[in-house]
Amino acid sequence: MKQFLYTITDPLGIHARPAGLLAKEAKKFGAACTITKDGQTKKLTQLMMIMSLGVKQGDTVTIAADGADEDVAIEALEAFFKSNL
Amino acid sequence: MILIQGKGVSKGVEQGTLYFYERPDSTIIKGSKLGPEAEKERFANAQTVSIDQLHALAEKCLEEAGEETAILFETHAMFIEDDDYVECVLNAIEEESCTAEYAVNQAGEQFAEMFASMDDAYMQARAADIKDISRRLLDNLMGIVPGGIASEEPVILAADDLAPSETLQLDKSKILGFVTQEGSGNSHTAILARTMGIPAICGTGSALGRSYHGRQAYIDGETGEVFIEPDALTLAALKEKHDKQLEMKQLYETMKGLEDVTLDGKNVMLYCNIGSPEDLSAVINNDGQGIGLFRSEFLYLGASDYPTEDEQFEAYKAVAAAMKGKRVIIRTLDIGADKQVDYFEMKKEENPAMGVRAIRICLNRPEVFRTQLRALYRASAYGKVAIMFPMITSVWEVKECKRACQKVMAELESEGIPFNKDTEIGIMIETPASVFVADALAKEVDFFSVGTNDLTQYTLACDRQANDLGKFFDPHHPAVLRALKMAADAAHEAGIWIGICGELGADPDLLPTFLALGIDELSVSPTSVLPLRAELRKSIAKTCTLEMLDC
Repeated sequence: MKQFLYTITDPLGIHARPAGLLAKEAKKFGAACTITKDGQTKKLTQLMMIMSLGVKQGDTVTIAADGADEDVAIEALEAFFKSNL
Repeated sequence: MILIQGKGVSKGVEQGTLYFYERPDSTIIKGSKLGPEAEKERFANAQTVSIDQLHALAEKCLEEAGEETAILFETHAMFIEDDDYVECVLNAIEEESCTAEYAVNQAGEQFAEMFASMDDAYMQARAADIKDISRRLLDNLMGIVPGGIASEEPVILAADDLAPSETLQLDKSKILGFVTQEGSGNSHTAILARTMGIPAICGTGSALGRSYHGRQAYIDGETGEVFIEPDALTLAALKEKHDKQLEMKQLYETMKGLEDVTLDGKNVMLYCNIGSPEDLSAVINNDGQGIGLFRSEFLYLGASDYPTEDEQFEAYKAVAAAMKGKRVIIRTLDIGADKQVDYFEMKKEENPAMGVRAIRICLNRPEVFRTQLRALYRASAYGKVAIMFPMITSVWEVKECKRACQKVMAELESEGIPFNKDTEIGIMIETPASVFVADALAKEVDFFSVGTNDLTQYTLACDRQANDLGKFFDPHHPAVLRALKMAADAAHEAGIWIGICGELGADPDLLPTFLALGIDELSVSPTSVLPLRAELRKSIAKTCTLEMLDC
């Protein structure tokens, strides 16, 4: 399993649009991708569940990928967070 | 050629395809007759159609409205594909053996509830998005066309009758004219048509059958004739009338920007009646000098629950601000009688026109009244708002209304919310009782506005909705005009102004009588402003007489 920590800089937090794009991105990989905030873990493919975490600006989340293509996945996700969130 | 005779209730000649309005059946049934597999397939199909619609909408927005709105629709498409949402729907279909509609509705409520309960205002607002996508899926499942008209081209809309809440939902850009089997000149379809400046015919009876759906027709809103596939001779005559109509329109254009005054210098305020902020463009296009009647019912009729103070405030503010300092008279809610709203949970009445309606509801339910008054006073800071109370019969009612206003003003004052403390207060004169005590009422308010439709109904004991009363329903009846005189004299005695906001105000035959009575304001459908101005500008007030008051 690969993972990284990320602190949200977007003033709106993980709002609907990035959550949707994130779900789309995560579906590209075979690896199980997850997001964890305050001990709550959701799959990155679950758009509404990600939103239900209510991730705000300044919150730190853990992003993880577990599976055969986890290296590629974690790299792509890190790039996604940096440019969108 | 087939000729159907009805009653012309909004002038104009128009040609187009007859389109029969299908009343959407939006009842959701729980138990499925088709079985889970078929319901799942129905859901999958509705999903595909909805997603295609959303992508098409997003593309259209990208061209017309910009990226922000486009993204909204893209996000909606993502919601529809969301794994948890889909799973929730499919599980329900499987476990509860319910219809796809029931499952979608239930999942929508569940997810909307999840967002609504979050402590973040942005996420709370997403509940509305979830409801929106549920609505879209449900519409697609049940074959409901938003806007009610499944046609690319504008049509002549035919129906048995249209309820105010139904006309509100219609896509107005697709309507050339109305033809209804029932209804009368005072029905809401007629009023809407006159606001839109399009022809309407009511009361055709069963002669106008559903079998004419899709046929080519010409309608003449003056004579009340519906011609289905007219012959060459009729067609030529109708075309000529249509051309003449265009010519008159151009003539009326020259009236724009001119003063509303008679040849001998008597000014009359020519205002407009509107039913929602959507009608503003018609007011501005027709050079209306103010709003004499802004019906607030649209806020209540178009909703499934009581409209909030903020929703109301935004609507009133939009109109007040757009009129840029010109007077905007907003009538407090006039629900009851022919306008029923489910969530008010009114008891069924034998005779609703004489039941708990309008101001009677407001005085019985102070919280509903307070919310509206707060919204009205808040809007008063953004333009020249005036508040008008309907269905007044007694002085104590007016005093109670004014006390409610005082209370609301005191609240806003203490909350530091801006409002205009000199906001004018007026009442509708539409009951015989208000005419008889007009002298006492005039001392309490800043203006009177006569609602001629109801005043005629109550004075002559004639139901305005019934279309077989014919000659008995006569708004020119001397009794109605004498009532008008009593109210006008009482108003002028007390030094306040009096207007007319019923359909009668636009009647050119009565203009001399109104001038003789000294009526100060006429509030009419926006499309009647310019013709009335043309008529007014060639009148001489001094030579007008009260001969129509004679029996």
